[in-house]
Parts: sequence; structure tokens; C-alpha cells
Amino acid sequence: MSILVFAEHDNSTLKADTLKTVAAAQAIGGDIHILVAGSDCQSVAQEAAKVNGVSKVIVADSPAYEHQLAENISLLVTELAADYEHILATALTTGKNFMPRVAALLDVAQISDIIAVESSDTFVRPIYAGNAIATVQSLDSKKVITVRPTGFDPVATDGSAEVVAIDSVTDAGISSHVSDQLSVSERPDLGAASIVISGGRGMQNGDNFKLLEGIADKLGAAIGASRAAVDAGFVPNDMQVGQTGKIVAPDLYIAVGISGAIQHLAGMKDSKIIVAINKDAEAPIFQVADYGIVGDLFDVLPELEGKL
Amino acid sequence: MKVLVPIKRVIDYNVKVRVKADNSNVDLANVKMAINPFCEIAVEEAVRLKEAGIATEVIAVSVGDKSCQEQLRTALALGADRAIQIETDEKLDALNIAKLLQKIVDEEQPQLVILGKQSIDSDNNQTGQMLAALTGMAQGTFASEVKVEGDKVNVTREVDSGLQTIALNLPAIVTTDLRLNEPRYASLPNIMKAKRKPLVVMPAADFGIDLSPRSKLIKVTPPATRKAGIIVDSVDTLIEKLKNEAKVIS
Repeated sequence: MSILVFAEHDNSTLKADTLKTVAAAQAIGGDIHILVAGSDCQSVAQEAAKVNGVSKVIVADSPAYEHQLAENISLLVTELAADYEHILATALTTGKNFMPRVAALLDVAQISDIIAVESSDTFVRPIYAGNAIATVQSLDSKKVITVRPTGFDPVATDGSAEVVAIDSVTDAGISSHVSDQLSVSERPDLGAASIVISGGRGMQNGDNFKLLEGIADKLGAAIGASRAAVDAGFVPNDMQVGQTGKIVAPDLYIAVGISGAIQHLAGMKDSKIIVAINKDAEAPIFQVADYGIVGDLFDVLPELEGKL
Repeated sequence: MKVLVPIKRVIDYNVKVRVKADNSNVDLANVKMAINPFCEIAVEEAVRLKEAGIATEVIAVSVGDKSCQEQLRTALALGADRAIQIETDEKLDALNIAKLLQKIVDEEQPQLVILGKQSIDSDNNQTGQMLAALTGMAQGTFASEVKVEGDKVNVTREVDSGLQTIALNLPAIVTTDLRLNEPRYASLPNIMKAKRKPLVVMPAADFGIDLSPRSKLIKVTPPATRKAGIIVDSVDTLIEKLKNEAKVIS
């Protein structure tokens, strides 16, 4: 029984969350191969070869895969699928984008966003914004699965897998990349940070997010936001933590001016320690917080920054 | 050009769902239902394309029992021209939904299909991509901007690292993210008007598709609950607790 894991990367480095998807593959059990599809992505392949528990790295290096266009990647993965019983990708924007396409091309269902493996055909996944946890058995012969990174611990990287290049180029020719507008930040990535500080509607405007920056710099934290803050236009969507934004589980999560709607809790309630700062003592966020401060964030934040 | 908008009836986003005592599923009895928020954004985008003179007709479609007609009427009140209900009492997998929608695409030949990126009940995030695969169309998922230009559509997508703009040949599939637009409220006259707009019911059984389930729900359990912690009286106490008790900062 073989498992294919799709590597998330930016053509230069392997995204660390891929190590968690490999952990999910190990929980399923079988011979694990990693697919690196990209352009000029040899350095990613070298990194992938070091991932523990992986026997083979398949490299598909072509300009057709540079921007991970779903139309092209899904054809590639479908072509490779015959050799595998399980196909796994990380439930981040790339995996979420192309994997259902793979499933449909293979005429099988997809099991999205798994957080645990019960057996080779049975998986656990949150539904209803994490307010219910479903155990689902796949009835298909081939399993197409996306893995939620917060559900698994990363595997180590002291292995040595063989690297095999394939020259198959699948270009559907119906889509093309135009441009990227990437957020530039010196701070750690939201999904990977061990400390996250997030602001909500209580921040009142985008400028006030500066109050979080000083604290984030002192703690080496990433900055996030609630959907309310994104909806109100304070900050861009890539900062959104929640059911339909990013799912995070850092060691410390500081929620500032966030009431604690279920959609936000869905994105952060697996954090190890949660701190809530809110002037409304009745805010639902306090029901999940380990430590709460009831107070005006415009007083609390400068004091916190000063004393850290 | 025609725009097709598949929509889903789901639990209202303000309602906190509860798991049934026998762990068979969630309890949806007497729970307020609504159009899935991302589907509402999809309807709004299609109606705006019509108002801009780009779309000529907006067709809403939903798969479900009779109750989903309520959400189709909502879509009609928001500005869709006509509606199709694919009738079934079964809760279908996303793949089977996509197969049913594929038949509608074959028949209606829309240039653009706009769907919500995910439904807030099953949280699958699959149907749009699957429909794209089955119809051989290009896809622009998690869209925050949609611009039709000639025989292409430019879609700006919300990705983990920021925004990505791609160009898709038409016909194409778009799935909506939050910031694509802010849906309007249906006015009372439009709600009245929606009652007279055409709504066709087509039994799913007549589509000639094998709709047997692809997965089995073994059980549904409540999530592990966090117990509420303590309210601290000062920033000093907070820092002290984080350093010495939780040991998450140094």
C-alpha cells in the first residue's frame, strides 16, 4: 500500500506543514512518496528527501507547475494516482484548491481537513466550524484527503529518500498566472508561529493594529485578526483566523478586542494557552480563555508592551 | 452570457449547533436555516454582473428537499432571474452534487458558474473544484475580485501568502471568498416579485446518475471543551502567569 503526499512549497523551500501531512501518512501506514511539483524546485526536492519516513521523492519540474495552477497540478496528480491508494495534501490554499479536482477526476469523494486517522479508511474531521467532530469512513477504493496541519505533529528531517525526476508535463492550457500580490512581513508566518496576537472589531480601525505590532515584535509573534476586523476593512484577509480563514494552534494566542464568535473560535481554540483582552466581561471569548483581562485595550496594550 | 449560481441551505451562521445525544449527527430540528453565506456572496456577484450589463441571465440552483426552495426564493429576491431545485431527500456527497450540477451546466451552457467556496455546515470546500473538473473548466477559487474581459475572466484569489491573480478561459468556475462583495438586503417589493419568478423542480432520480454514498458517517461527537480560566486583575499578574504558570513566554 502506497501513499502519495503532495509537497507545499514556493519553488525554493518546503513548507513545514508538509511534515505534518507526512505524519498523517505515517498514521495511515504504508510506503510514503512525496511529490514536488514546481518550477526550478530542486532545492525543495532536496529538502523533501530528508523528511523522515519517506522512501521516494518524485520531482515534476516544469514552468507549467510554477504557480501551482489547479488545472495543471490536478492532471499531474491524477496521472500518478494509479500507483497509490491514498493521496494526501495539506489543507492550505494550494491543497484546498486542486485536491477536489483530483478527486472528481478519479471519481472518488474527498475527505477534507482531517485532524486524526482512525484506520486506513476512517478519519476524523471537524464540521460546523469545529462545533462537532465527525468520524467518517471512506467507501472509495482510493482515498483523496486533505490534512489540517494543527492536527498532527511534524515528523523529523534526518531521512534520506531517493529522488526521481519525471518529465511528464500536464498543461491544461485553460488558465494562466497573471500576478501575485504577496504580503510582506518580517514576522513569523501565522500558521507556523508559536505565539499569535490577534485583533478584532474592538481595534476600531486598521491603524490601531500598530498597537499589536510592538507586542508582536517583543514576543516574536505573528499578527492575526478576526473575520469582523477583516470584514470592516481594517486588515487584509490573509490575516484572518477562523472557520474560513487560517486555523492556528500556537503555544500562546492573545485575542484582543475579539468577542469570540464561533467562527473565530473555530480557528484558534486548539491553542495551548489563550489570553483574552476585552472590555466586555460577558464576551464569549472569556469562556475559552485561560487568562482574561477585562479592560480597555487602548490602556492594556501599551502597558503590556511596556512591561514585556 | 448566462451565469449559474448553485446555492446551499445551511444552518444560520449565528446558531451554535448541538450534537445529538446518540452521537449519530448534529441536531437540526427546529434550528433556523439560511442561505450559506458564501453562496449569498455568489448570488450577489452574479446579480452585479447582470447590472453591469455583462451577464444576461442569472440562474440559481439548489440540491435538496422542498425546504431549499426557501433559499432559492431568497436568491430570486436578491436578483436571480429563475431557479432550479434538484429534488432529493438524501444528504449527498459533494461529488454527487457536482455530478448533478454538471448536468445543469450541460443543459444551460453558462459562461460562468459562481459558487460559495465552502458551506458552513460540512466545511468541505469541494463542490466548485469538483464541478470544474467534471466540466473541464478552469477554476478561480477563493475569489476576492472577478473581472470578465472578452473571452477570459481575471480572478484575484485570497491565498495564504496574500493575493494571486489568474486568467481563466471562459466558460469558467469561480468560488467566492468573503471580501468579494457585501450582499444586499432583499427589499420587500423584490421579495414579493420573487414569488412569481419561475422555479422548476427536477427530481434527482431522473438525472441517471449513480448517487450512492461515497462515505459513511460513523459518529459525530462534541468537541473537547476548554474550561474557562481566570480573570486576572492586572497586566503584571498576566505577565507573571504567562511566565511562571503557563511557561509560554520567557
